[in-house]
Parts: sequence; structure tokens; C-alpha cells
Amino acid sequence: MSIRVDRINKRFNDFIAVDNVSLDLPEGQLTALLGPSGSGKTTLLRIIAGLEQADSGHIEFHGQDQTHEHVSDRGVGFVFQHYALFKHMTVFENVAYGLTVKPRRERPSKEAIRKKVMNLLELVQLDWTAHRYPAQLSGGQRQRIALARALAVEPKVLLLDEPFGALDAKVRAELRRWLRRLHDEIHVTSVFVTHDQEEALEVSDRVVVMNNGRVEQEGTPEEVYDHPANPFVYRFLGNVNLFHARVHEGTATIGDLSVPVPEHHDSQEQDALAYIRPHEIEVLASNESGDAIHAIVKSILVIGPSVRLELQTEHSKELIQAEMSKHQFRGLGLLQGDEAWLRPMQSKVFLQEDEAPAVSGS
Amino acid sequence: MSELNTSAQATPVQLNRAAEWQRATEEPEWVRRSLIGIALAFLSAFLILPLLVVLVGAFEQGLGVWYAAVTEPDARSAIRLTLLVVAIVVPINVVFGVTVAWAVAKFEFHGKPFLISLIDMPFAISPVVVGLIFVILFGSQGWLGNWLSAHDLQIIFAVPGIVVVIAFGTMPFIARELIPLMQEQGKQEEEASLTLGASGLKTFWYVTLPNVKWGLIYGIILCNARAMGEFGAVAIVSGRIRGETNTMPLHIEVLYNEYMFTAAFAVSSILTGLALVTIAIKSTVEWLEQRTGVTA
Ligand SMILES: Nc1ncnc2c1ncn2[C@@H]1O[C@H](COP(=O)(O)OP(=O)(O)O)[C@@H](O)[C@H]1O
Ligand SMILES: [Mg+2]
Repeated sequence: MSIRVDRINKRFNDFIAVDNVSLDLPEGQLTALLGPSGSGKTTLLRIIAGLEQADSGHIEFHGQDQTHEHVSDRGVGFVFQHYALFKHMTVFENVAYGLTVKPRRERPSKEAIRKKVMNLLELVQLDWTAHRYPAQLSGGQRQRIALARALAVEPKVLLLDEPFGALDAKVRAELRRWLRRLHDEIHVTSVFVTHDQEEALEVSDRVVVMNNGRVEQEGTPEEVYDHPANPFVYRFLGNVNLFHARVHEGTATIGDLSVPVPEHHDSQEQDALAYIRPHEIEVLASNESGDAIHAIVKSILVIGPSVRLELQTEHSKELIQAEMSKHQFRGLGLLQGDEAWLRPMQSKVFLQEDEAPAVSGS
Repeated sequence: MSELNTSAQATPVQLNRAAEWQRATEEPEWVRRSLIGIALAFLSAFLILPLLVVLVGAFEQGLGVWYAAVTEPDARSAIRLTLLVVAIVVPINVVFGVTVAWAVAKFEFHGKPFLISLIDMPFAISPVVVGLIFVILFGSQGWLGNWLSAHDLQIIFAVPGIVVVIAFGTMPFIARELIPLMQEQGKQEEEASLTLGASGLKTFWYVTLPNVKWGLIYGIILCNARAMGEFGAVAIVSGRIRGETNTMPLHIEVLYNEYMFTAAFAVSSILTGLALVTIAIKSTVEWLEQRTGVTA
């Protein structure tokens, strides 16, 4: 079922946790709510679930207003960061819970419940834990049980709050791929909260980037990563270099280099920052074209199959980071302290006045 | 503890590094022995000895005398009244304790710290004062006295008064036991239950209650023990009408004041027996709790 979030506001005392957020989440998709800690992701997710009451705004599932429905009537599956399994029940009883508490008229027979629970446990590959208690399972196993428990009631939507946040890096990476495959199998409309951009980009069909209780950008992972709407999203989605630039009538200049910026065609001599990702910088050993940016190699770091250079240039306050393959690096023959020349393969220029609001968050 | 003891006894023999390290972090043998000795001496002097005195006093003139003393009408009335009061007070305090603990642990509201310290009041006020407060409120000369007598209700010098003061005096036990427990549990399991479609009542029954089960049982036991033994406040509000408003502790005092020591001890032995049963149940609960705490 599709989810519609319509102008939701929520404050805690004076603090605005969710600031007029509207979203349309299409049926059957896996959407990531991505943002730094404290940006209001959990609050928004809990409002969608009905665990928290919004101050104003509406929540709709498949066109039906849910704003005044109680949590227990909304038919959502919710997976908590810290699992929230029932400690005093076995794994089987946990997964069966949503079925056994149904009113007698709707409750499946004992045998039907048993079958369904065992199917779900197989789905999460933990059927052998049925008679254990949650305390006897690892974190990753507990979270899979929590997911099976949420799926048992056939929720209209599945909401996951940092489901892998409490797990170590390796288990996290495995589980998120597993979640992706699972979602491809069951296709329930899902929203999961994360502060890890890699996780969001890897797993989701859509990404919603949040900051300070507001939506900064939404789109497919590719759109959001390749075309960040503003400096905040640019920075949040990965390492980025900032070059000082000047924009005049649709052209940005960084030193001798000119970059067309048609979106700023009416700007007159304005200060700007060019955002360029480390792998979008071409490093050259000589200035053949004559307009490349001059730099000095400060350090060379080999990270597995790739090489990261740190370079100093007068057009950036901080050291510039550039990434390339080992093979490309060997071709350049650069050493520490050598001169080098930089050319951006792709960049995005934000005028300084654009930058200010997004960074200070006012 | 026993592990520590045995390894420490081995120290004089094995003068290796481990032993030296152990001696550096442990108290010398004589300190430990004398501490344990002092504790045991106190326990014997203040618990075991009185217990023996009660039993000897109760049975020294034979079982027949004991039986006659505890089945005599006034004694039977006192026993019945005590059990009746406990049967009313404990459920009241279960409801109260669970409600308050739930409110404190699961909701945010103004004046929460004040409410928590209010719960401790009955422990802080002397029972005699509690008794007087209720006499002033409900007595025939009291604030509500006219209204009560107009409606033909008697609270002071009657069973309702006894129930009220005992309920008041034992109010904190269950709430005190549950509040930290529920606070530690948080709300997540309840929230999970709600999202799974369970009603608030089912959530309470299947999730909240099992999670605080042992704490609740423990609180009930303490509340029960104290309710049976309550003296000061009851002495004031009950009016001490023999065969009517005397609870067991009051009846014992009456017998004692009338130099009927054997009878006093006989009734005491029943009260003590009930206390011992309570302690036994409490230990069993603690033992069970520890055992299930490991597996679940
Ligand atoms: N129950 C609450 N009471 C007061 N403040 C809260 C409450 N829940 C969340 N907040 C505040 O709202 C902000 C957003 O919280 P949250 O939605 O949990 O962010 P995120 O999940 O993105 O880290 C945080 O600054 C947090 O302190
Ligand atoms: Mg959060």
C-alpha cells in the first residue's frame, strides 16, 4: 500500500522535530529515510506507525486517512533498533504473538498459526531457533526474528527504525543485502530509517534525505547521489572537496579553469563553492591544456585496490582528496611533494548565499 | 563466595604469584571470620533467640493448652479479622501499586518526582500519627464525623478503619518494587505489542505483567507480611474491642497485658508461623527468579 505523509508537524516542547514534512511513498517500494542523528527520522516513522501523535497533518495508507487510527488498528509492522523482542517468550511465541492476540473470530487455528510461524522462521532462516529465548540469540538473529514477528500479521506497511544500527559492520552489510532480497520476494511497502548513507544507497528504491526535521531531497539513490539538490545533501552523501569559485553569467572559474554553470546564467561576479567528489577529480602530471588547477601532492594513501591522494591548492581551504585506481596512479608517476594539476570531471556549483542556510540550518 | 573461601584457605600452602595477588586484594582471614561471626551473633540474638522464646513459650504447657489458646473465641476472631484485612488490603495495593508504577514509568508528566516521594510518605510517618490522622478525619468528633453518622457509616472503631490504615501503611511496598523495574523495561516491548495489533489490555496482560511478575510477587509478599503485623495505627483506629476489632498483634498485646503469657505466645506462634511461611515463599521466589533469569 502506498503511504502519504501530508504536512506533518511535531514538536517536543520548543524543539521542532518534524517540520511540515510531506512525502508520497509508492506501493511496494523500499524507501530509506536518511539523515544525521536528531534529524527527526525516528519521530516521523513513529508518527506513520501511530506510536506518536503528530501536532498537525495527515497520514494516509492507500488513500485512507489513518491519522486518528490507533496503532493497533493501523496494520503496520514495526521493527525497532533494539529488537524489542518479548524476553519471556520463546522465538516461536514471539513470532506467533500477533496471531494469538487476535480476537477469537479472526484468530487462525493453532495448527495454522504453527505452520505460518514455521514458514516465517524459514523465510528468515532461523527455523532451528523456535524454542529458544531471545537472550540466547545473537543481535543479527534477534533482528531477523523481530522482522518475522512483524511480518506474521501481514502488515500493510513495514517500518524499520535503524534495524541494523546495533550490529557490527560485517553483520550489518550481510543483513542489509538480505533485507533487499527479502523485499524483492515479499514486496510490502517498506520504510527504513538509517543514518548510514551507504546503507541507504545500497538497499533502497528511493531515498529521502532529512535534516533538521525537514526533507532536503528525495529520489532514487542514483538521482540523489549524482544530483544532490543542495550542499547539505552533497556533503551528507559522501566525501566532497570544496573549491572557491566565482560565477559570472553562467560560467564558474576556479583559477584558470572555466566550468559552464547554466543554472547560474544571471549571476554577476558572485562568490561560489564548487563541490567535487574525490573520484570526480582527474589528476594530471602536467598542465597540457593550460587551464588545470595547480596543486602539490601532500600524501599518498593506498587503500586496497585504490589510491587516495591529498593535495594542496590555493583554491581550497582544506586539502583536496582525489581517488583513482592503482593502475592510473602508476601511470602518473607522482611522488609526495610533486606538482600536479587537477581537472574536475563533474562538479556542482552552489552560490555562497545558497550555502549559508543549508549549512547553518536556520 | 564459597569459591573465594576455599581458594583463600589454600594460600598458606601455595606461595605462588596467584596466591600473593589474591592476598593483596582480599581481607585477611581473621577479618573475614570475625565479620561473619558478628553477623551471625546478631542474627542469633535478635532473630533466632526470640523465635525460640516464642515457640518455647507457646508450647511449654503442652499442645492442648496451645490449641485451647488459639481456638478460644477472641483469638479466632483476631485471626479471622487479620486474614480478612490482608485479603482486602493486598488486592487494593496491587491495583494501586501497578497503576502508580505504570503511570510513573511509562508517561511523562509534571510533578512526577513529587508523586514518587509522596508514595514514600507512609514509611516516613509514624504509624501512631497515621492512626490519629484517620481518627481526626473519620472519627465521630472528626471532620467527616457528622456526615458519616448521618449516613450510618462507621469507619473508626470498625473494620473499615483498620483496612484503611493498614492499606495506607503498606501502600509503598508494591509500587516501590515495580517502579524501578518498569522504568528499566522501557516502553518498547509494549509498543511492539501494540503494533502487532494487541489491545492495551492484552498488552498489559501478556507483555507488561509477565515482565514484572517477580517484582510484583515480591512486593505482594512484603505487603502481606507487613499488613499482618501492623500495630501502631491499628491500635488507635480499632478501638480494641475484644472479639470484634482486635487483630492478631492487638490481641497478643491484650493477652500480654493480662499476664496470660502462654496464650500470648500461642497466638504469637501463629503470627510468627505466617511470617515464616512468607519468608519461605519469598526465598523461593528469589531462587526461582534467579534461575529463570539465567535462561530467559
Ligand atoms: N519523546 C521526546 N521528547 C523530547 N524530545 C524528543 C523526543 N523524541 C525525540 N526527541 C527529539 O527530537 C529530535 C529528533 O529525534 P529523532 O526523531 O529520534 O531523530 P533521529 O531518529 O533522526 O535521530 C531529537 O533532537 C530528539 O532529542
Ligand atoms: Mg532515530
